[in-house]
Amino acid sequence: MYDESNYKIEAKAYSASDTSVSPAEEPEQELYHSKSWWTTYVFSQDAKYIGIQYICAATAIALVGLILSVLMRVQLAYPELNVLDPTTYYQSLTMHGMIMVIFFLTALFLGGFGNLLIPLMIGARDMVFPYVNMMSFWVFVLSLLVLMASYLVPGGPTGAGWTLYPPQSITSGTPGNLWGLILMLVSVVLFIVGFTMGGLNYVITVLQSRTRGMTLMRMPLSVWGIFVATIIALLAFPALFVGGLMLLLDAVLGTSFYMPAIIATSNLGKDLSTGGGSPILFQHLFWFFGHPEVYIVALPAFGIVSDLFSVHARKNIFGYRMMVWSIIAIAVLSFIVWAHHMYVAGMTPWFGFFFASTTLMIAIPTGIKMYNWLLTLWRGNIRFTVPMLFALGFFITFLNGGLTGMFMGNVGTDIALSDTYFVVAHFHFTIGIAPVLVVFGAIYHWFPLMTGRMLNEGLGKLHFWITFIGAYMIYFPMHYQGLQGVPRRYFEMYDSVHATSSGLNEFITIITIVVAVAQLLFFYNVINSALSGKKAKRNPWNANSLEWQTPEMPPKHGNWGREQPRVYRWAYDYGVPGADKDYIPQNLSSKDIGKANVEKT
Amino acid sequence: MNVALVVVLFFLVIVGTVAFHFFAWDTGWWFSPLASNWSSIDNAIIITFWVTGFVFVVLSLFLVYCLWKYRYQRNRRSEYKPEDKKLETILVVVSAVAVAVLLAPGLSVWNNYIKVPKDAVTVEVLAYQWGWNYRLPGEDGVLGKTNIRNISDDNPYGLYLNDPYGKDDLIVQDADLHLQLDVNVKFLLRSIDVLHNFYVPEFRAKMDMVPGLVTYYWITPTKTGEYEVLCAELCGIAHYAMIGIISVDEEENYFNWLDQQMSFEQILAQNKIENKIIQLVEKKK
Repeated sequence: MYDESNYKIEAKAYSASDTSVSPAEEPEQELYHSKSWWTTYVFSQDAKYIGIQYICAATAIALVGLILSVLMRVQLAYPELNVLDPTTYYQSLTMHGMIMVIFFLTALFLGGFGNLLIPLMIGARDMVFPYVNMMSFWVFVLSLLVLMASYLVPGGPTGAGWTLYPPQSITSGTPGNLWGLILMLVSVVLFIVGFTMGGLNYVITVLQSRTRGMTLMRMPLSVWGIFVATIIALLAFPALFVGGLMLLLDAVLGTSFYMPAIIATSNLGKDLSTGGGSPILFQHLFWFFGHPEVYIVALPAFGIVSDLFSVHARKNIFGYRMMVWSIIAIAVLSFIVWAHHMYVAGMTPWFGFFFASTTLMIAIPTGIKMYNWLLTLWRGNIRFTVPMLFALGFFITFLNGGLTGMFMGNVGTDIALSDTYFVVAHFHFTIGIAPVLVVFGAIYHWFPLMTGRMLNEGLGKLHFWITFIGAYMIYFPMHYQGLQGVPRRYFEMYDSVHATSSGLNEFITIITIVVAVAQLLFFYNVINSALSGKKAKRNPWNANSLEWQTPEMPPKHGNWGREQPRVYRWAYDYGVPGADKDYIPQNLSSKDIGKANVEKT
Repeated sequence: MNVALVVVLFFLVIVGTVAFHFFAWDTGWWFSPLASNWSSIDNAIIITFWVTGFVFVVLSLFLVYCLWKYRYQRNRRSEYKPEDKKLETILVVVSAVAVAVLLAPGLSVWNNYIKVPKDAVTVEVLAYQWGWNYRLPGEDGVLGKTNIRNISDDNPYGLYLNDPYGKDDLIVQDADLHLQLDVNVKFLLRSIDVLHNFYVPEFRAKMDMVPGLVTYYWITPTKTGEYEVLCAELCGIAHYAMIGIISVDEEENYFNWLDQQMSFEQILAQNKIENKIIQLVEKKK
């Protein structure tokens, strides 16, 4: 029961002439308005600001991950420099993995672009629970602080690898096996708590707060990608949560969820007082989260890149409905493939047949997406803007990474390649470089929305070519190291016959340094353009989706001024025959578009 | 001009990818020479290379074609065609067929990998932080039972002292393992501390060793020589140094080596004598 007079803004009366847009189901509610500097800029409850806060925090932690990777590469190619010892090498490897997968990419796509884009793209004024949204970000910051604090505790951060497999993560042969591990697990648990607050917000906002006329099948694919990825994350993170909590109990209280009867090196021949636990149980819990995690990162990237292709090729996305259904199919399949990370982990051999079959099936919906991106470019009118270049770089990188997935996902071929550099190359292409290229493309694309200014195009292009070709030259040769049998996670290979001679390691390391340094171009561009870049005109890319149709650029608090937009079509009416311009924004009604021959969407 | 450069650069990335593949193959950045029966793994990988390579080249060249052919022109509009059901159906069917073609050899390899031939001889591999121990079944062909709680300095494998099958087990501790050419071997894989993985690149085979479980795989060595054993599962700070040697011998050399190995019973007896000598020496002092 509610009293309608409590609402300051009343629902607009449904006008009978406007048959294509359904009436508002609920009257609008008054927004939260901040009253002080602190609540406007620090503890902001405006999704746009929270999105930018997430992007900045995630990028900052990514720099830590990047520096660690450069140190590891220098160690691998030039061991005589002794930049790392085995302890710091394994700690760097662990922190790099966890930071990049969870604290950088997950936070950036869902927290960053989710907050920035969802309300604007669906025509909402904000997320449905702004306070919880603010809390989500600050719990994320807390998780970052706890993670970084592991450099300050005795023993340093954990060096167990980002997979944290017990018993090794707990026993004394691993660096940071007590305090480092505890802080890592607490930090991950905090991240999940923070993410859940944000995640519920994104899902409910998409389901409940779409503006009038914005049916689910008219939503831009960016929103679809982030929406479905959030649902996956809400279902997958609990597995990591309980898995991590049980590991924490094993480490701190000596429970034995994962610890079988073993002999620890420190006890010299004496067995530990554990017994009966299963190390493989942890792996199942970890990968039940871990594989969906790949799609938590990939689906928002798929969605965003679809929009970049469509806008910058001035063409409708090809097969929109198939694109949506393939996102959903990938999401469903992602929950029944996890054990393909465990073919040679000692689990029941019969699982191999099942998980190889489900895994390779993912190639079908993923293939559909690849074809549809190509067919979007086909007969398009392609502009080589910086976002388009990054989208194209993503396509080549992900095509390559997706295809090497056919080696890893297939149980017979994985026997030889598992735990080698082939894996390192494969996953860096798919969930490393490919999503990062999308992140850059998205930032170049939506920078005007965030700041009202354009990024410098020349610098952007230079940044693109160094990053794309450089990253490609780093990871493509690694597949061949893997074929030779070079195992991953080796601090040094000495003069092993499998150590890659002929300078390949040195080559990869030098390119890594070049690519890492080239990121300064990007940061310079962002800072310089935010302060004094070219002012963006309204809707600078001539795009259709709602985020560009706000009354002000960048949009103000509440996004839409007096009245929320109404939506009459999908976001992809580009190049419609008979239309005045080559694009028709979603909020133009059939009366506004003259004789344009649009298909009903 | 600018557009042409972009298209050429993307084209070069694709040409470079294919060129590097053949360059790597030519230079020897490729499989280590096979020394086991698992040529089917190599073949499955090579089939996958051909199928995925074909898909890569076709899709990426089509991309480059589109980039050039449909580059921006002010007075042109893109085609407006939201869907094409027929084309989409064809592409789904083609992808499904390709997946089936790739899946078949992979599943067939796995089926052979998990089914050990009946005549395979058993070798136990016992991994620890950080090294490899081996145990062969001795003349009765049966390995004695073990339990991690029995492990002591005298009994590093944790054998039951009263198990008759264990007494003749040959103990190869902290030394190289020898295998006989062309004889099927089933490795029983154990670990006494953390996860490890028994991996010999030339054999192509690997499997994790999990404390609390006995895992396995089998191979037939097909080429004499010495091969490195690498641990392929992160097992702590000296993971990278956990390297051993396996030597594949002709029959005669293999049995020469086998004759030099001590059985568990002999080791126990020797330890007893040594202990007695130590006690005597200490008494004299």
